[in-house]
This record gives sequence, C-alpha cells and structure tokens, in this order.
Amino acid sequence: MTPVLELRDVHKVYPGTPPVASLRGVTVTVHAGDLVAVVGPSGSGKTTLLNLAAGLDRPSRGSVRIAGEPVERLGDRQLSGVRAHRLGVVFQQFVLLERSTALENVATGLFYRGVPAPERRRAAHAALDRAGLAHRAGFPVAHLSGGERQRVAIARSLVGRPAVVLADEPTGNLDSAAGDSVVALLHDLNAGGVTIVVITHDERIAASMRRRVSLRDGLVVADTGGGS
Amino acid sequence: MRSRLRLADLLPVSTAGLRARPGRTALSILGVAIGIAAMVAVLGVTRSSQAEVLAQIDRTGTNLLTVANGKTIRGAEAELPVTAGAAIARTEGVLSAAATATVPQHVYRNDRIPAGRTGGLSVRVADPGLLGTLDAALVDGRFLDPALARYPAVVLGHYAAGALGIADVSDGPRVWLGGHWFSVVGILAPVDLAPELDTAALIGAPVASEAFGYTGHPTRIFVRALTSRTAEVAGLLGRAADPAHPEQVAVSRPSEALTARIAVTGATTVLLLGLGAVALLVGGIGIANVLIISVLERRREIGLRRALGATRTHVGAQFLTESVLLGAAGGVAGVVLGSLMTWSMATVRGWQTLIPAPAVGAALAAAVLIGGCAGLYPALRAARLSPTEALRSV
Ligand SMILES: Nc1ncnc2c1ncn2[C@@H]1O[C@H](COP(=O)(O)OP(=O)(O)OP(=O)(O)O)[C@@H](O)[C@H]1O
Ligand SMILES: [Mg+2]
Repeated sequence: MTPVLELRDVHKVYPGTPPVASLRGVTVTVHAGDLVAVVGPSGSGKTTLLNLAAGLDRPSRGSVRIAGEPVERLGDRQLSGVRAHRLGVVFQQFVLLERSTALENVATGLFYRGVPAPERRRAAHAALDRAGLAHRAGFPVAHLSGGERQRVAIARSLVGRPAVVLADEPTGNLDSAAGDSVVALLHDLNAGGVTIVVITHDERIAASMRRRVSLRDGLVVADTGGGS
Repeated sequence: MRSRLRLADLLPVSTAGLRARPGRTALSILGVAIGIAAMVAVLGVTRSSQAEVLAQIDRTGTNLLTVANGKTIRGAEAELPVTAGAAIARTEGVLSAAATATVPQHVYRNDRIPAGRTGGLSVRVADPGLLGTLDAALVDGRFLDPALARYPAVVLGHYAAGALGIADVSDGPRVWLGGHWFSVVGILAPVDLAPELDTAALIGAPVASEAFGYTGHPTRIFVRALTSRTAEVAGLLGRAADPAHPEQVAVSRPSEALTARIAVTGATTVLLLGLGAVALLVGGIGIANVLIISVLERRREIGLRRALGATRTHVGAQFLTESVLLGAAGGVAGVVLGSLMTWSMATVRGWQTLIPAPAVGAALAAAVLIGGCAGLYPALRAARLSPTEALRSV
C-alpha cells in the first residue's frame, strides 16, 4: 500500500540574513493506521515538518509525497486539492471561525470540496459526535471551553475522512485534564482507523503513542516503535 | 481530487466579513453611494428641468417674435414709431401683433402706501390683442378690450396680483395707479415667454394718454408669425417697424433664449458629473482601504481556509466578491438617494420628475466596476499570502 506521507531527504531553508536551515535532510514515512508522535526541543523543526506534510509549504530540497502525490509536481490548484481531500490539520491555537457555531466550524472542513451545504452539515454532525461534542453542535464556538474548542477543531480535521490528520501541539493551550481527554480522543480515533501525526512537547503524551520520531536541529535523531 | 468552491457558498462567505462589521460596511457603502447619488441627481435634475423648458417652448411655440426699441448710433435709447404696431401687423407672414409700452408710473395697494414702496412692479400699456398673441391665459376676470381700454381698468400680471394682495376680481378690487384709482378687471396666469408681464399692471392706451400723457410710442411689440416662415418674418420686422431706421429695432425670438438655457445647463451638468465622478473615486478608494485592513485582520482565517483546501483563486474571489458587493450596494443606495434628491427638487420647482434610465444603468455599472477595481489589490494580497505566514499571525 502507498504510504500516506513520504518525506525523503527533505531540506527547508528560510531565506534571510543569515538563512535558517530548519530541516536538514529529514526522511519519514507514515503508513495508514499509524499513530505517530513527533518530539523535539523548541526550534528543532517540528512545525516546519508539519507545514510541509500538510502541503502548506514546499521543501527547499528533497521530496514530499502526500497520499502518493509528489508535492513538487503540483501547482497551487492541485496542491490545494490534496489539502482539501487528503489532509486534516489541527492547530495549537484551534483557529476557529469565532462567530460561527461548532457545527458550522466542523462543516467548513468540507467547504472546499464542493460538497453541498446540507451534506456538509450531516457529515459535521457525525464528526462532532465522534469527537464527543454532539451536544454542543449549535453553540457559538466563542462560548466553548478550551478543550471543547480543540475537539471542534479535531472534528473539523476528520470530517472529510482524510488520509492523515496532522496535529501541531493540540494540547499546548490546554490544562492537563483537558489535554488528557484530547489525547484520549486521538487514541480513540486512531483505534477507529484514523492515521494521526501529533507534534508534542509533552513526554508523557509522546510515550503513550506507538511510534515516536525525535527531531533535533532539523534532523531525525530517533524513530522508534514503528511497526514496519 | 480538485478543490472546489460552490457558487452558492461564495456569496455567504463573502458577506460574512461585511456582516461581522456592519458599521465599517455601512461607511464604505456610503462613500460610493454619495458619488452615485450625486451623479444620478445631477442627471435627473437636469433632465427634469430640460423637460420643463422643452414643455415651455412647446406651450408658447417657436413662432413668437418680439420687437423692441434698440439703440441709436450714439447709444441713446431709440423710440419705436407710433405706427410700428399697425405696420407690423400688415407684414407678410405675421398672424397677429400686439404692442406694449412702459409708462413711468407706479402701482400701489392703496393711496396710503409710501411712494418708494413700488414692490418692483411696473405699469404698461397693452393692446387688447396681447392675450391672443401671447397665447396667455387669465387666472380670473377678463382682459382689456377696446371699450375697457378707455376706462381706468387694469389687468394684473400673476406676480403683481400677489404682491398687491389680490386673489380674484369678484368683489371689485381697486389699486392706486399713478395717482388714480383703477379697477382690477383680470389677473393673468404666468407668461413663460414674457416674464416681464408677470410683474406688470396692464392698462389701455387711451386711458394712458389721457391720464399720463402717453404718446403712443410702443416699447415692445409681440408678434406671432407663421411657424414655417418665422425666421424670414424676423428679417422683415425691422424695416416694417421703423422704415427710416431699421437698425434701431431689436428683433428677438424668445424660444431661442430657452433653447440656449438648455445648452447652458448642458455645460454645468458636465462639471457636476465630474464632481460626482470624483466622489465615486474617493468612495472606491475607501472600499480598497477597508478591504486592505480586513485582509490584514483576517490573515488567520485566510490561512485556515488555505489549510482547508482553498486555492489562491478561491481566497481572491472571496475578497473580490466582497468588494463588488460593497460597490453594488453603494450603487443601489446611491440611485435611491439620487432619485429622492431629484424628486424633491423637481417637486419643489413644480417639475415632472424624470430620471433617465440609461443614467441609472450606467450608475449601477460604474458602482460595480469601482467596487471590482477597488477589490483587485486587496484580493491579490489575500491570494498571495503564504498559508504558513498567515497561520502564524495572531
Ligand atoms: N518563516 C520562517 N522564517 C524564518 N525562520 C523560520 C521560519 N519558520 C521557522 N523558522 C525557524 O526554523 C526553525 C524551526 O522552527 P519550527 O517552528 O519548525 O520549530 P518547532 O520545532 O516547531 O519549535 P516549537 O517547539 O518552539 O514550536 C527555528 O529556528 C525557527 O526560527
Ligand atoms: Mg512549533
């Protein structure tokens, strides 16, 4: 089976004076069904790695394949299509449409697929239910707690059944109880078949994941627990 | 596996930003609305007033000519011969002619009014045929006839009657004219082509010569000519009125003055339209400004949409649609506002309200175009934003 993510010898240099080499030859492969933690000290290149895997940025050198699609050969239109259909992203700061309800926020996950609104709402209901937040569907997200907001963001990332969900420090803005419940949700979803890559600072969370990829200074220094 | 934004979704997503900030939205709409309103009002008022002038020309006809005393070679006021009126009436192509002459007297409400308070009213001698020649109408009473012309009877112009406080002639009102009591026998309706008659008190020639020593020299003769030969007749009138000094006779065609008035309003219209266009441009710049701020404020949302699969085109289209909507809303508001302005102005002046449909169409098109142009740069900025940069901003 094609890996859902395939990064081969990926470099990322941010131009400037001096230029910053954020990734210096990273090779990581993620298969369907994986639950991967990406760990490393601050500035080691974790977010850079996630941006590349999410098709939000392009590598300076090396190749990135998302669900088999080589990013370097895709134009903006096609790469956007890959993001719309194959990827779900969760951010540390949630990034929700504050004036909309939980349901509407989750439904935006299907917005750029050309799915009609009624169908979007149906799928959003199902995703909110999976995230354990069905009872908050009609609430404006501005009124929800941090943990609930992150669940909305997670529901939004998986509403379109993406090949992989990428989460950048999803518990970074939550207290430990809310963080634990979000981690439990990620485990549940993975058990249900969702492929998940989680960036985290938290050693405890990382330890709970089957596979851990450790970054340091833009290089993979350890990749443990992977099945294959 | 393409990303796709449904047309049905574009509209709500584009209005979301507008709905989120109603005050700012209203202000940026107002800018365009003022420009459009100015242009619609200018065109509407011009058209309504032109229609009014054209209607005046229509009512009075283009075949009316006036003959007045001109100047002598030395610049002094010339005098028309006493026989001028009769001679003109005999001229080929003339249907009718009626002479009038100013009399150096004043008219007052009664004999107790101080002599200085003339109210700008004049006293004129008028031929009984004047009413027919001018095609003028009476509001009340009757006009002078050969019999009445011998008696101290007066017909008041429309404004003069008002100034003298006389609304009708039913209870035999009198006015104090040149030191005599005159009975008011009639009141004229406004005379478009001879507005000087509106402020005049008209009396007969016989009573004028008897009471005020009027010598019979007319100062202005109104002539109705055959419509097809009006220009030709105008050329003959000088010699007919004063065979000895035809160059001292001033012949004019009042409808020409009205036509000239339309030409003058044309020039003013262009100037005012230019001002409206400037206002519209400023409104467009206002929209561009508001949108640039909006793009900056909504960077995170833009990043999110890109992460959810929006292409650059989708993001650009969202902001461009927003700005076109702002322009269109400004256009609609402006047309409504401009029509209201035209209507109130026309109503006050007693004109018919006319708003040219092409002007409305052009105004709406201009508003949409301005909105579109104003949105181009902000939309481009939004589209060019790098997703990772956009997501990192707070
Ligand atoms: N847009 C950018 N321009 C220049 N340098 C950048 C940019 N983004 C990241 N960097 C640099 O690249 C390096 C890696 O950054 P990255 O955000 O990937 O780290 P991180 O591992 O996510 O850190 P943290 O745990 O603090 O989030 C850092 O030195 C950072 O300063
Ligand atoms: Mg980071």
